Amino acid sequence: MKQLLILSGKGGTGKTTLAGAFIKLAKAKAYADCDVDAPNLHLVMQQSIKPKQTDFYGLPKAVINSAQCTYCDLCRKNCRFDAISRVNDIYKVDTYSCEGCGVCEALCPGKAIVLKSVAAGNLMLYEDEAIFSTAQLKMGSGTSGMLVTEVKKQMNSAAKAVEFAIIDGSPGIGCPVIASLNGVDLVLIVAEPSVSGISDMERIIKTAQQFQIKIAVCINKYDTNLVNTEKIEAFCKKLNLSLVGKIPFDAEVVKVINQVLSIVDVDCTSGRAVRKVFTEVSKLFLNKS
Amino acid sequence: MKIAVLSGKGGTGKTLVSVNLAAAASESVYIDCDVEEPNGHLFFKPNKIISERIMVHIPVVDENKCNGCRVCIDFCKFNALAYINNKLAIFDEICHSCGGCILFCPERALFEKTKMVGQVEYGTSKAVTVITGRLNIGEASGIPIIKKLLHHANKGNKITFIDSPPGSACTVMESIKDVDYCILVAEPTLFGVHNLTMVYDLVKLFHKPYGVILNKCVDEEKPAEKFCREKNIKILGEIPFDHELGMMNSNALIAVRTSETYKRLFTSLLQTVIEEVQHETIVNP
Repeated sequence: MKQLLILSGKGGTGKTTLAGAFIKLAKAKAYADCDVDAPNLHLVMQQSIKPKQTDFYGLPKAVINSAQCTYCDLCRKNCRFDAISRVNDIYKVDTYSCEGCGVCEALCPGKAIVLKSVAAGNLMLYEDEAIFSTAQLKMGSGTSGMLVTEVKKQMNSAAKAVEFAIIDGSPGIGCPVIASLNGVDLVLIVAEPSVSGISDMERIIKTAQQFQIKIAVCINKYDTNLVNTEKIEAFCKKLNLSLVGKIPFDAEVVKVINQVLSIVDVDCTSGRAVRKVFTEVSKLFLNKS
Repeated sequence: MKIAVLSGKGGTGKTLVSVNLAAAASESVYIDCDVEEPNGHLFFKPNKIISERIMVHIPVVDENKCNGCRVCIDFCKFNALAYINNKLAIFDEICHSCGGCILFCPERALFEKTKMVGQVEYGTSKAVTVITGRLNIGEASGIPIIKKLLHHANKGNKITFIDSPPGSACTVMESIKDVDYCILVAEPTLFGVHNLTMVYDLVKLFHKPYGVILNKCVDEEKPAEKFCREKNIKILGEIPFDHELGMMNSNALIAVRTSETYKRLFTSLLQTVIEEVQHETIVNP
């Protein structure tokens, strides 16, 4: 299965809006939302069926049984994550800091510490005319990279015979993004013509380049700052990256989103521009193997 | 007084709000905890920058001592070690630096080396102390950098604004654990509501007092405002959707230092925030 991943570095540049439009235009048979911290694609791609839900267990967390504790302090001293503290002669684990490495469990002479798995999120799979894989990380949990990997695995095994998939990514350049890049054929970067947007775009491009994945760039709300748009164009040219189109700012978008529609469901300037971007991306993504 | 600025979804205006509130406060500290994509420094353009390298400890093997017993491989919960072609392979990027493999190697064949994962930069912009964390490209976790940044948040008495990363994951938790107050920045759209719900749950989980700032407000229906009213959440203020502000923001200009209108808006917003924090310390000391 070929995979198109939509990323941006900076948040709020229009990844999900674009992903929703692409899924509709491509009549995609498989798609996924890898922004497990703040998933939004399900809001655009309304489903009529209930998803198959699975609990996601991240790394386990240490639990201390005070009755068996010998107060040797080994666990606290050796925890690299400062997750264990001694308060009023009781050793406590801060579950948010604990990364489940197991050092304390292995060191404890009284066998007072065990690692227990805790649900860290929720995987959802919609199997209708198309396969839609998504998830929600539990509030304040770590391990978002692991959950992203599960989202992709879930999609791949449910949609084995499908030719291509469209994946909505998360902002940033860290573990969830790196996990989402695995096995991807083309990354589409949604850039924004602001000083912040350009800085973030450069960092996400460098990240994707480390994985030697083909990169295409489109500029969203390009007309909000034409000087910066030119800078992005020059940057793409210098790095020999395909610039697949420019989408104008369109006040209609907010209205369309609030009506739970995609910008290609109605006739609007941004929707028309996205159709052109889609045609260009399709050439890069599907026609060449 | 430590105030975290957060949002579920990216691009709602966390940096806009925290940079301008810090600038409005004049004597203040601005800490950029969005170490994956730091942007605040682009606005403040701080000078007198001192930078500090952030290191983590990762294992190295002494091949002469390793006998291939695989105790380390079995111990590592992160699968950062493997035995390939009669050699111990260590995957630096996957290592969480727990130190377990070194601690439990029966042959004492493993020792530690340091690896730089990013840096923290200290600078000033007028009377604002600007502290920026920056994760190296290709590194998975910014937590060690955020820990260092927050260490500075706990020093001194100046009003401190913490610009948090997007989302509600581990990096965000780190950045709000010790703050006095949380400002949630939300867009008034349907996406905004969904994500506001998430951060709202997060601040409640940590028992933090909070208020909401609605950004990019237009005269459309505002689902986020409705959500706040229903949940009885304090709306600290609204920032209009405005071409002038958009232009300043996209050119990385600080609105408070560029426009009288926005100087007034953020100064009054700052006053509201300070009153809220003081009220909280009296009610829930």
